[in-house]
Amino acid sequence: MEAFTVHTGTAAPLHRSNVDTDQIIPAEYLKRITRHGFEDALFASWRKDPEFVLNLPQYEAASILIAGPDFGTGSSREHAVWALQDYGFKVILSSRFADIFRGNSGKGGLLTAVIPQDAIEKLWEITEASPSTPVTVDLQERCVTAGSFSCDFEVDDYVRWRLLEGLDDIGITLEHADAIGEFEKKRPSFKPVLN
Amino acid sequence: MGRTLAEKVWSDHIVHEGDGLPDLLYIDMHLVHEVTSPQAFDGLRATGRPLRRPDLTVATEDHNIPTVDVDKPIADPISRIQVETLRKNCEEFGVTLFPLGDLEQGIVHVVGPQMGLTQPGMTIVCGDSHTSTHGAFGALAFGIGTSEVEHVLATQTLPLKPFKTMAINFEGELPLGVSAKDLILAVIAQIGTGGGQGYVLEYRGEAIKGLSMEGRMTICNMSIEAGARAGMIAPDTTTFEYIKGKPHAPKGEDWEAALAYWETLVTDPDAKFDKEITIDASALRPFVTWGTNPGQGLPLDQSVPDPQSFSDPVEREAVENALAYMDLRPGQPLKEIAVDTVFLGSCTNGRIEDLRAAAHVIKNRKVAKGVRLLVVPGSTRVRIEAEHEGLDQIFLDAGAEWRGAGCSMCLAMNPDKLTPGERSASTSNRNFEGRQGPGGRTHLVSPEVAAATAVRGTLSDPTDLVEV
Repeated sequence: MEAFTVHTGTAAPLHRSNVDTDQIIPAEYLKRITRHGFEDALFASWRKDPEFVLNLPQYEAASILIAGPDFGTGSSREHAVWALQDYGFKVILSSRFADIFRGNSGKGGLLTAVIPQDAIEKLWEITEASPSTPVTVDLQERCVTAGSFSCDFEVDDYVRWRLLEGLDDIGITLEHADAIGEFEKKRPSFKPVLN
Repeated sequence: MGRTLAEKVWSDHIVHEGDGLPDLLYIDMHLVHEVTSPQAFDGLRATGRPLRRPDLTVATEDHNIPTVDVDKPIADPISRIQVETLRKNCEEFGVTLFPLGDLEQGIVHVVGPQMGLTQPGMTIVCGDSHTSTHGAFGALAFGIGTSEVEHVLATQTLPLKPFKTMAINFEGELPLGVSAKDLILAVIAQIGTGGGQGYVLEYRGEAIKGLSMEGRMTICNMSIEAGARAGMIAPDTTTFEYIKGKPHAPKGEDWEAALAYWETLVTDPDAKFDKEITIDASALRPFVTWGTNPGQGLPLDQSVPDPQSFSDPVEREAVENALAYMDLRPGQPLKEIAVDTVFLGSCTNGRIEDLRAAAHVIKNRKVAKGVRLLVVPGSTRVRIEAEHEGLDQIFLDAGAEWRGAGCSMCLAMNPDKLTPGERSASTSNRNFEGRQGPGGRTHLVSPEVAAATAVRGTLSDPTDLVEV
């Protein structure tokens, strides 16, 4: 995984709460068996509306999405993370993320930074008044900056460390292969196994 | 200090802890399906890692398969490739697979329990958020993404931070005519779609103890709709009797050992939850969603809410968006909402008891003119059992379609979809925009309400039906 330290880009304001993973990527697109190539699927239904924020030319190059609370609710589909990344997003800002979506983002290197809803609203104002305002998300300092506005964000310590180092989770776990083997020797015989 | 049920199961599965890292948790059973696994198997191949425990991994085909003509090749070529990819991966890595046409095939969360693969005190994961269903047995069960699927395939473990614990205490008994689905929809409406975020919910109280395993599964299934990754119910004699004799249930001495362990899986009286809420079960009524997230629900005898009655601007905007999408007006009585389609099925309400409940309502009645009732059993065994009981004939006589097993119109990946603007009453779990087909409008209901709605053509509960 590519390491993440600081990202600067423009941001798109998404005035919606409860953006569920069916909106991020409808089920129809989950038939594909690849890990890439989902950019066309991102918000496929909403993008049919010419007024949808990502269809506005001023937000075309946005790499940061500023969303309402409870972003990523619903299904566990990691395709939602892949679609956001394939489209070009590096960071999602929200006051609250659904657990599974947040976990999936961390695995794939998409930063989900939690800031209070009043900070979200301030960033909505800034990016609506001046869409070209550069927004900087500094993972080392846990800080979002847009013009004169700045606020700290929350991110899980372990996810932050992995993103900063660009580490592979499975590789870290396999360092404990002996402990896994020891645990397996002690598992009770009544637990079910497939033949 | 005492421990909660969730804490007991968690601590019994810690392989490694410390170093400031998350706990490394052992996974007892990994359920796999065609949609969230292909990229994970690719990952194993790309890194040359073996599948650590094929004997603790089981696969079935459910999300992306047709419910008609199941003996023929899948017509949609993209769906066919995905299903064939699962078959190839299971063959290559030695995973037991229940494919379309197999007696054991069905929705992954219906298959696990009916085979006895779901037992108290286990850790169970699947690349599907409704894995929370298995918590009904006192297992710690939760949905994972594809990267985590690969992680479990390679290591049989997951690095995780402990969840917080929340008790949902029900006081009083569930009134007659109020189902497990009504109960969980009421919980979600109360705590919201983010209310359970970061928590494992433990459902407690007399109303829970009185439920069958099917009802308990319906409740734990929708924990994710309250934002929680997992929901649990302490195992008791209802649980043990359900498991006993199932194909993978422990036998002989193993049964005795298992039972002795399972009986310890209760929250200690002096344990402390991070949060507790109490709900009066005796005051609950049949429930239905009116909006586009599962927290937007009300008792069926009420009316569509007015956005102006919500003080929080974010919530008010969400309500306005929902009413526009759902084509509803404030003050409209919910029972006046007419539907085009009724869907009976899914991992929430596709088990035999759900089909029995709906069949009981619809027996000797007819589906309203212009309404389509789709009945999709949760598994092939549920379908066979229902046919053995004659339930298929009751549905067919009423004018319903009787289908093969799968996820079907719950998420509309297969050809079972709403058309744009079409409205459904659905026993599934999500009423998101377009969930059941682009432009489709979904009202979440119980099997009993689904059946009554099919008969009347408008959202209804069984007490609205005239005697036959």
